[in-house]
Amino acid sequence: MTTETPTAAPFQGGLVVRSGSRVLKDRIATVLVYLAFALAMVPLIWIMWTVVANGWDLLLSAGWWTHSQRNILPEQVGGGAYHAIYGTVVQAIICAVIAVPLGVFTAIYLVEYGRGRLARVVSFMVDILTGIPSIVAALFIYAVWVTTFGFHRVAFAVSLSLVLLMIPVVVRSTEEMLKLVPNELREASYALGVPKWKTIAQIVVPTALGGIVTGIMLGLARVMGETAPLLILGPYAAGIATDLFNGPMAALPTLIRENFGQPDPASQARMWASALTLILIVLVLNIAGRFVARFSGVKK
Amino acid sequence: MAQRIDVKDLNIYYGAFKAVEGVSMAVEARSVTAFIGPSGCGKSTVLRTLNRMHEVIPGARVEGVVEMSGRNLYGKDVDPVAVRRTIGMVFQRPNPFPTMSIADNVAAGLRLNGERNKKRLAESVERSLRGANLWNEVKDRLDKPGAGLSGGQQQRLCIARAIAVEPQVLLMDEPCSALDPISTLAIEDLIEELKANFTIVIVTHNMQQAARVSDKTAFFNLAATGKPGKLIEMGETTKIFSNPVEKATEDYISGRFG
Repeated sequence: MTTETPTAAPFQGGLVVRSGSRVLKDRIATVLVYLAFALAMVPLIWIMWTVVANGWDLLLSAGWWTHSQRNILPEQVGGGAYHAIYGTVVQAIICAVIAVPLGVFTAIYLVEYGRGRLARVVSFMVDILTGIPSIVAALFIYAVWVTTFGFHRVAFAVSLSLVLLMIPVVVRSTEEMLKLVPNELREASYALGVPKWKTIAQIVVPTALGGIVTGIMLGLARVMGETAPLLILGPYAAGIATDLFNGPMAALPTLIRENFGQPDPASQARMWASALTLILIVLVLNIAGRFVARFSGVKK
Repeated sequence: MAQRIDVKDLNIYYGAFKAVEGVSMAVEARSVTAFIGPSGCGKSTVLRTLNRMHEVIPGARVEGVVEMSGRNLYGKDVDPVAVRRTIGMVFQRPNPFPTMSIADNVAAGLRLNGERNKKRLAESVERSLRGANLWNEVKDRLDKPGAGLSGGQQQRLCIARAIAVEPQVLLMDEPCSALDPISTLAIEDLIEELKANFTIVIVTHNMQQAARVSDKTAFFNLAATGKPGKLIEMGETTKIFSNPVEKATEDYISGRFG
């Protein structure tokens, strides 16, 4: 007697059947995703093209990086943007000197110490600060600096209002980076008998340093382009001004505005060149931020 | 070096939840004590209370007494940071500091506690790495990142880091659970050597490991999920694995549950 081994038919179960509608949906989705990407790129490339095409020449001209606009008439070709670059960079640095410690320490509080009600209130306040329009921050500083204390509109007041805009950026980015540090590292440090504050200073922050620095650079890049605080608090000066507490000081956004709406080609060229300069500075900061992130902190 | 630990009537809470109830035990100096039991029975929790790592978790608290050579570690004037300097810990997953080199990782405990003398630090690094059976593998690349080592080497680096601060007791929380058999063997050999100088408590899910490395074994169990874990039985490892008193212990070690 032979036992019949049933010869199974080769498995067909839907392996070769192509679902026409699924393939179609896949195609449509792919096309839509690429289309959205292309659409998003259009304004970016357009802006870059316009600014570079109109501003490039002046950037290469003698004196753009070394001279100011002192004694240069609107219709006159010449002068440079040194005064405005100086103003923008210095105001941003002063802002960072105040905002970075405040922001980083707030983030450390929120991640490492904050429990319960106070932490929730602080976090909520940072959220509110994130949503404040730059002109409101500028008006607030105006109300304090000029109306209440009776000081003049000066570069330092501009920096103060930039601080309000930079703090939430620094807090949020630092917070995210500190949260990424694994708890195991904190525990490893505690288990060696290292106190909490030293664990934070020597283990947690160094591990997150790259990301924290990147966040700070991005925050700086953002405040450098802020215009509202300058319009309210930072009157333009055509010459080089270095006094933060006295007299007007130029900045790149106000240099752009100064040359905007002038009929003559010399002013228009200056406007585009200033815009390109501002973009370049922000770009350099961004690249520097990424560079620092790569070479600091965690060893690979 | 090496001191005994006595635990009396220990209750451990996470907030309102009672995780462990009524643990009393004696951990002998210069011996290996293994904690075994099913997941969630509180053996890691008990381990973490021995060097006050437990209270790092918000809401966690402890009732009862943990004495090291007669001194209550939960006394009012006792600094938890000082306790952890005396009772070191090795964790489940190797966790070298990613910003530091191999040498800096080992020196971290001393350096962060204020030791500045380069010569003494270098001596400690070599002594600790030798003690952790890692020196020959890494002596030519001490300045390379610790995170670049293999998993087993990283775990031995963490053991070197823990013994560099010269603790009395070394707690190990499933130190081999993330390692392959070869690395596990290396760690088990190391535990055997470390026993000469340290009091070692090891939590393990691997019963063969407990049988291989430990002198005494403590079996923890819990009645049901949500109920507190309890110490069921503790004794000589050979006795626990051959002739346990409690039925639950026998069921667990013979693989009937857990």
